[in-house]
Amino acid sequence: MSIATRSLPRTIGAHAILLTYTAIALFPVILVIMNSFKSRAGIFGAPLTPPTPKTFDLIGYTTVIGQGDFIHYFQNSLVVTVASLFFVLLFGAMAAFALSEYRFRGNTLMGLYLALGIMIPIRLGTVAILQLMVASGLVNTLTALILVYTAQGLPLAVFILSEFMKQVSDDLKNAGRIDGLSEYTIFFRLVLPLVRPSMATVAVFTMIPIWNDLWFPLILAPSEETKTVTLGAQLFLGQFVTNWNAILAALSLAIMPVLILYVIFSRQLIRGITSGAVK
Amino acid sequence: MGSLKIENVKKAFGPVEVLKGINLEVTDGEFVVFVGPSGCGKSTLLRVIAGLEDSTSGRVVIDGEDVSVTPPAKRGIAMVFQTYALYPHLTVKNNMGLGLKQASTPAAEIDRRIGIASSMLSLEPYLERRPAELSGGQRQRVAIGRAVVREPKLFLFDEPLSNLDAALRVNTRLEIAQLHRRLKATMIYVTHDQVEAMTLADKIVVLNAGRIEQIGGPMELYNSPANEFVAGFIGSPKMNFIDGARLGETAKTIGVRPEHLTVDLNSGAWKGTVVHAEHLGADTNLYLDCEKAGLITVRIFGVYNAEPGATLYATPDPAKTYRFGADGKVLK
Repeated sequence: MSIATRSLPRTIGAHAILLTYTAIALFPVILVIMNSFKSRAGIFGAPLTPPTPKTFDLIGYTTVIGQGDFIHYFQNSLVVTVASLFFVLLFGAMAAFALSEYRFRGNTLMGLYLALGIMIPIRLGTVAILQLMVASGLVNTLTALILVYTAQGLPLAVFILSEFMKQVSDDLKNAGRIDGLSEYTIFFRLVLPLVRPSMATVAVFTMIPIWNDLWFPLILAPSEETKTVTLGAQLFLGQFVTNWNAILAALSLAIMPVLILYVIFSRQLIRGITSGAVK
Repeated sequence: MGSLKIENVKKAFGPVEVLKGINLEVTDGEFVVFVGPSGCGKSTLLRVIAGLEDSTSGRVVIDGEDVSVTPPAKRGIAMVFQTYALYPHLTVKNNMGLGLKQASTPAAEIDRRIGIASSMLSLEPYLERRPAELSGGQRQRVAIGRAVVREPKLFLFDEPLSNLDAALRVNTRLEIAQLHRRLKATMIYVTHDQVEAMTLADKIVVLNAGRIEQIGGPMELYNSPANEFVAGFIGSPKMNFIDGARLGETAKTIGVRPEHLTVDLNSGAWKGTVVHAEHLGADTNLYLDCEKAGLITVRIFGVYNAEPGATLYATPDPAKTYRFGADGKVLK
């Protein structure tokens, strides 16, 4: 197939489009990382040039590490993201399994109800959520964030995973039942490994908005103990003076963990996206 | 050791009635085949027997014990599926042993049974492989082995040969027949292929639209079908059905099997034109468009040269002609 459709102008055209897109997508990221290694004068003087020996400066990173408890913020972000991710995947997969596997009254309705959250942004309920957290004494705890993010991630997870779970062979599950496996064993040992690629897809889609979120940390957990990286970076964003070096350095650092998690999931992710297309 | 009794089993999915009251008795050691067109409820019936599906009403009795509400693992059954359904993360050996392990059988006993089953199915060289490293035929043998090690009261086969290619299908069919002879176990086998049904069964159950049309041995069904449906379903090529009125008969429909017709160049009961001829070597199928009988199939043993367009006379064997009433039942 690749031989038959190969022609030079077409190849050049396709690569030109892809390269342009790559450049546009990477430009802001590279700009941030580049400028985080420059002195303040360097950033403002020539924001588009890479750091030269004259403008090279690590002041941003030293500020970030010195001022504010950034290691701690990272830890908070990581705890919140990983814990939310875990619960989203666990509960999402369980709900998806129930919806796709068992026939019960109101199955379709329940599926729609669980997927409703895809269309309604959770932020609309911020005030109610805040009242709830105040009432239950969870304000300024990471638990509050984890609960909110789990709720936020579940609809998409249930929606995507139930589609994939429907594709798992009924015969395999029935074979397990005849061999005396419990429904939990069937779910964890037979079904979950088979939908692993789609789990990775859901993980990536869920993880990035959580890591990058500013809204809920700002409202539900703004205390020093519970600040996340994104919120911590705001420290340098003043009303009158903004410490650009520190902000750029903080943002550059904040990209790293997501990037690492992404690399871990990406191999599975590609299989998840293409599964079904190619048998 | 492995009898089965089904009493008035009904199954409905919402308003759709899939099984409309099935009564059936299977004695110990019998090989029973459920056969019927797709959607007739044969797989559902098997699932109800296995306990994978609850019946809406009625009883399933295995070995004199009512198992209607017993979970599948406790019914003393083993099942072989169309898609093999092997556990992808386990080796062949563990695939076969999992059911016994779940039932906390001692390890030595599990090993012994796996040893017997794998030598029976010549699976010894593959015991440490995973299903992904096996061919389709080997996978189905593992699935059969997984059923054998459980030493069940009842073997259930759900179209086990449908995913295999033609040559392998014949081989595996033979293997299943030998397995039945060796184990003398009760087996229930679902298929839509009447050839599998005829070659394997002691007793065939013909199902249609959720009802049993007829139960009987292969030759019984072939020689004395109870009604038009069974007559048309058993036998290949299909029986010819001719409108009785066109032949001046009192019966609604007249049925003649293609092999019970003879052809002659000069004289016979029905004059017709050859539409198409299929030469299979061992026999020849002729499609004749007859003035009186309409389009019919004639099966001639051996080679017979007939060009499309030629005129031939076909004559049915009166002793092997079936007469069906308006309700589809055979008229005696």
